[in-house]
Amino acid sequence: MKKKKQLFETIIHGVFLILGLITVGSVLLITIYLIISGIPAIREIGIIDFLFGTQWKSTDAEPSFGILPFILTSVYGTAGAVVIGVPVGFLTAVYLAKIAPPKIKTLVTGAVGLLAGIPSVVYGLVGMLVLVPGVRVLFNLPDGANLFSAIIVLAIMILPSIINVSVTALESVPKEYEDASLALGATPVETYFKVSVPAAKSGIAAAVVLGVGRAIGEAMAVIMVSGNVANMPSLFQSVRFLTTAVASEMSYSAGLQQQALFSIALVLFLFIMLINATLNFFLKRSKED
Amino acid sequence: MEKQTISGKRKFYIGTLRFLMYLSAAITCGLVLFIVIYVLIKGIPNISWELLSTQPSYIDKSIGILPDILNTLYIIIAALLIVIPVGAGAAVYLTEYAKNKKIVAIIEYTAETLSGIPSIIFGLVGMLFFCEFMNMKTSLIAGALTLVIMNLPTIMRTTQESLKTVPQSYREGAFGLGAGKWRTIRTVVLPGCIDGIITGCILSIGRILGESAALLFTAGSAHVLNGFFQALGDPGSTLTVALYFYAKERGEFGVAFAIAAILMILTLLINLLAAFVGAVFKKRRKI
Repeated sequence: MKKKKQLFETIIHGVFLILGLITVGSVLLITIYLIISGIPAIREIGIIDFLFGTQWKSTDAEPSFGILPFILTSVYGTAGAVVIGVPVGFLTAVYLAKIAPPKIKTLVTGAVGLLAGIPSVVYGLVGMLVLVPGVRVLFNLPDGANLFSAIIVLAIMILPSIINVSVTALESVPKEYEDASLALGATPVETYFKVSVPAAKSGIAAAVVLGVGRAIGEAMAVIMVSGNVANMPSLFQSVRFLTTAVASEMSYSAGLQQQALFSIALVLFLFIMLINATLNFFLKRSKED
Repeated sequence: MEKQTISGKRKFYIGTLRFLMYLSAAITCGLVLFIVIYVLIKGIPNISWELLSTQPSYIDKSIGILPDILNTLYIIIAALLIVIPVGAGAAVYLTEYAKNKKIVAIIEYTAETLSGIPSIIFGLVGMLFFCEFMNMKTSLIAGALTLVIMNLPTIMRTTQESLKTVPQSYREGAFGLGAGKWRTIRTVVLPGCIDGIITGCILSIGRILGESAALLFTAGSAHVLNGFFQALGDPGSTLTVALYFYAKERGEFGVAFAIAAILMILTLLINLLAAFVGAVFKKRRKI
């Protein structure tokens, strides 16, 4: 009887262990699939030609598969979104964490939550019909679907990540630090920016890195506002990102072209892994602080 | 006593920062307000009973989004049915069973990694693994399984958080009364983590509702009216994918905005529900 019960408990333990390992299995599955399906095209094209080639002509009679335009577009687009999104998000976070009265704080936090919940295709749609024509008229261009429009959309989309993580970091700054600064004669605003913000710097850095990850991985909103032509990036030209390169050709691709798309996904995945490692570094440090 | 004054330079610094903070907060709120109101104003007039209750017909040249609504519902149900037991089970393993710190660290690290992977990569691997390798073809179930992997970390995290609030003494009490490990978990631990699972469900529903890139190549883009089990094996587009196609490929902006308005209202409701549920659970825990 006792043995039977023990066996039963062992089985249950095993079942839970398997459920726990599904996450590990999923990550392994994704990594292995991307490597296996991404390597062949890189080998055939040659890693230098693939990563540093400036021509992407996947459907020509003599196709060329250079993804430098996509890599640079993703890097510039993300950098642009960070340059615009981080100051706005950071200052909003300081306001929410330190100054806002409780009622306004609840309201604004709710609004930020909503911003995070809006589907990316809705951002794309509003961008297509408001931002793209607006950019066209404002800068007097033939077409407003370009890198600039994509940067604006990305900057808005990364706001919630930046705000939420920064607020958490700023709120966990020990009150004694601020009290000491106030007692020494600093005004509240000086205290927030010269004491609280430096104390929360690891958490704020984590917020920025999280925003970078969101921006580089976004596909659907960007595909709708960036024009989607494989040009080398320039602020007012139609461009294609790593994500949108995969999304726009996958449905009709075959052979080497499809394999090259998997290779692009592999490159994107490597970027994401690098960003994740950076994020973990800052999160760990912010916990230690 | 002489009144203390601060120098002009300091005043300027404080004033500028204060102004910039108010400006940033105003920009953030203004953006939210603008997007919500714009989408609702453009979308609601285009929502009609006919749009909601029919399927697209090439003969009448009419567009209906009933199949897309149903597909969204089906995919949410299918994904949740799988992700809840797996995610909650993984959380139970981590907090109740795991003794090996290394395994815990690996599982938690992979969960974090999973939540940082962009949805387009989930879509691609989902297509390779579920649609091609497992031979499911482009179908709702392939899309749902892709979403299961995406939402695992969410359910795991919320369940784990609520498991931590179950007092250790409850478990000890159950053991003391002679209950085995499983019986303790089933009768004492699991009932205590229901709020975590519910919170996780709400968050997942929100995420599935807004997902498009992961579904484009796994669930496809058909607009056919089907029952639940028939639909799972067939391709079908959710509301977001339908929005993308109507806006980008067909230039049907009226329909696109109608769908956007529906999505916006649902997002609002889900956010309110999440806030409400969170407040209720917090209150209950305090008692």
